[in-house]
Amino acid sequence: MVLPTPLQAFSSVPKAAAGTDKQTIADGEKMTGAEALVRSLEDLGVQDVFGIPGGAILPVYHAIKDDSKFRFLLMRHEQAAGHAAEGYAVATGRVGVCIVTSGPGATNMLTPIADANMDSVPMVVITGQVGTDAIGTDAFQEADIVGATYPVVKHSYLVTDAQDIPRVLTEAYYIANSGRPGPVLVDLTKTAQVGEMYYSWPQRMILPGYNPTMKAHGRVLTDAARLFERSYRPVLYVGGGAVRSDARKQVEKLAEVTGAPVVTTLPARGIIPDSHPQNLGMPGMHGTIAATGAIQRSDLLVAIGARFDDRVTGKLDAFAPTARVIHIDIDPAEIGKNRVADVPIVGDVATVLDDLIPQIEKLQAEHGKPDLKPWWAAIDRWRNKYPMTYAEPTDGTLAPQWVVQQLGKYADPSTIWVTDVGQHQMWASQFLNFENAHSWLSSSGLGTMGFGLPAAIGASIGAQRFFDDKKPVWLIDGDGSFQMTSEEMTAAFLEHAPVKIAILNNSALGMVRQWQTLFYDHHYSATNLHDGDGKAEDYANDGQPTDGFFDVPDFVKLAEAYGCVGMRAFTKEQAVECIRKANEINDRPVLIDFRVWKDAMVWPMVAAGESNNNVVYMPGIQPLKGHNADMDPDEDTDGADAAADAEN
Amino acid sequence: MALYPASRPTSQRHTLSVLVENRPGVLSRIAGLFARRAFNINSLSVSPTERPDISRITVTADVEDVPLEQIIKQLNKLLHVLKIVDLDDENTVNRELVLVKVAADAKTRSDVLEIVQTFRVRVVDMHPESLVIEATGAGAKLDSMLALLEDYGIIEIVRSGSVALTRGPKALSEKVIGSEIKGR
Repeated sequence: MVLPTPLQAFSSVPKAAAGTDKQTIADGEKMTGAEALVRSLEDLGVQDVFGIPGGAILPVYHAIKDDSKFRFLLMRHEQAAGHAAEGYAVATGRVGVCIVTSGPGATNMLTPIADANMDSVPMVVITGQVGTDAIGTDAFQEADIVGATYPVVKHSYLVTDAQDIPRVLTEAYYIANSGRPGPVLVDLTKTAQVGEMYYSWPQRMILPGYNPTMKAHGRVLTDAARLFERSYRPVLYVGGGAVRSDARKQVEKLAEVTGAPVVTTLPARGIIPDSHPQNLGMPGMHGTIAATGAIQRSDLLVAIGARFDDRVTGKLDAFAPTARVIHIDIDPAEIGKNRVADVPIVGDVATVLDDLIPQIEKLQAEHGKPDLKPWWAAIDRWRNKYPMTYAEPTDGTLAPQWVVQQLGKYADPSTIWVTDVGQHQMWASQFLNFENAHSWLSSSGLGTMGFGLPAAIGASIGAQRFFDDKKPVWLIDGDGSFQMTSEEMTAAFLEHAPVKIAILNNSALGMVRQWQTLFYDHHYSATNLHDGDGKAEDYANDGQPTDGFFDVPDFVKLAEAYGCVGMRAFTKEQAVECIRKANEINDRPVLIDFRVWKDAMVWPMVAAGESNNNVVYMPGIQPLKGHNADMDPDEDTDGADAAADAEN
Repeated sequence: MALYPASRPTSQRHTLSVLVENRPGVLSRIAGLFARRAFNINSLSVSPTERPDISRITVTADVEDVPLEQIIKQLNKLLHVLKIVDLDDENTVNRELVLVKVAADAKTRSDVLEIVQTFRVRVVDMHPESLVIEATGAGAKLDSMLALLEDYGIIEIVRSGSVALTRGPKALSEKVIGSEIKGR
């Protein structure tokens, strides 16, 4: 018989120790590794765990008992378990935990792990793994998930010895939630799960190579404060890091002290209220003209937990060309990655701002504040001339942007908003008024379609646990992305996560279609979904399709099949009625199929790879193009006239 | 600024010494990072060190300063990386090992041996039709020796990555405290 590959050939398996250094650890309670895992999660204070069982993780599931201190939520796909854990983590500020099996269970987790890595979401993923004697043999449901996830995890473990479990879990939980948060994978071999160990708590961590910097050092704070003193066109460019650092108060204070305008990137929407007079909204590819314009014309750009993503910067060489940059980030590798920082500050956003604000106040007391009136005059002109607006549909369907506005208008103010990825995501970001932090969940960095429903379920479970069930969850979704994880309506119903689902159904993969319209010659290759082509008259007969016409799937019937309430809206009256009804249903998930205009587009837009100066407000209007087009108050550009025309 | 690929014809040679926890999978994480960030390395060698819990990786690469800074930061994010130093040529002893099999018969053997003597390297195998030469030294010395041997017909070459130590009494690992890594 051919011997299996020696363990050493497998990258992550420790070599057998030379000699027998079997320490006899007899302190603590004797139990199996699987029981130790469950106990570790309890001792870490984990209260909700998402997942799906399978062969190689069965010992762990056997150890989860009715009296386990955490609630287990059974999802219907591992990817959804991962996104649910992400949604839970972002909505509550806790670590999301999921437990899935080896092989396909583990590879299905790749997408949520990559998603959490891009958006810095704290998550611990526990995967089953075949026994150590089977590793490297292509055993049933074996996958080298540690190897596969190297590029997308913050850290990972392969656990081969039961005795290591409590320490590894302690470390994993700490790593996920500290520094720049991120996903940590714990690959648990069956050998470790069934092996016996002596459990003790708490555990001492051994992490010599991990020392996240929280506080800023040296003179950088004074340097930053001096830059504020000398700058007349400052902008605070606030990113997701500020949300992870829970820095709402600090950002508001900094805005107040400096008087500078604030722009919030997609993951940072809500970090300060949209009603705040200094908030210009989102910058970048689909940002407001005021936000993008302010950045482009700024002389001081203060990046706060933001990472100069290409969706914000557009063409990098033309991004904020006249600005000096203060970059505050907890991850040193983000500083100088895309844009050179004049003042690099490594540290936790909240901590750094707490230290920076007094420095600025001190300088202001000595030298006075710079006069920002001309700057605000320019910004207000952008704001007044180029507000968020949209074109009315020409075919009698609903305007998706209008639907989003109505959802916002009738929703409870404490609502947690979740989106999937695509046009609806941008409209939600543009047309909802965000007043609270941690109330906006979206897959920003990776742009994962299918994120929405499971993340909404996670947020709903989190709201029940930590907010007394007082925060309703609205999911704004597209007909395309919703279908990527629609099976989770089962989990939503059975686990009692009464999410409210608004599908902006344009019967197409809308964002791709928009690019096809703009850049690919109106060639709608593979973007028609045929799930929302039917007209009101097709459904006239008691909501039943007439004449054998079917939209596939029929989202209303689909919702009903999953035990949820399904509704459909063709007209404004129906839409408002559906929204009112949905807001009253809190015992089960509700889905509304809003039939919206297929040709609606997301504006403003900076085409991929172009300079932010070429931002298109509406087709034909480029307010930031040309030399100082909008910096001169008297100049009435053609763009402005056209904008006025568009509004009339 | 992102200047990928990081290596250009004009780039300067850098030698990085990376102290890492001596545990399985570390090399894979580091090599993967180089590939993922489009960072071309010239040579890489890994070995145990004076401390059983620490391994030392020596990487040489022709690279521009800015991508180098980025790759050092990215390496530092790996939890198993304890310390990274971009070694300064002036204060560093840098050595490579090469084994080269040269065609050498009765006619040419004495010429080849003359080269061997000049470079103060050693012959470790002799055959009526060939010689195997073992040479250590800085990369440039080995390059010039190999260029001279070229004329006689090089049959086979194997060459180690560069290893390097700083001059003087200090050790890199002195700065790594509190690591006591076992059985993970």
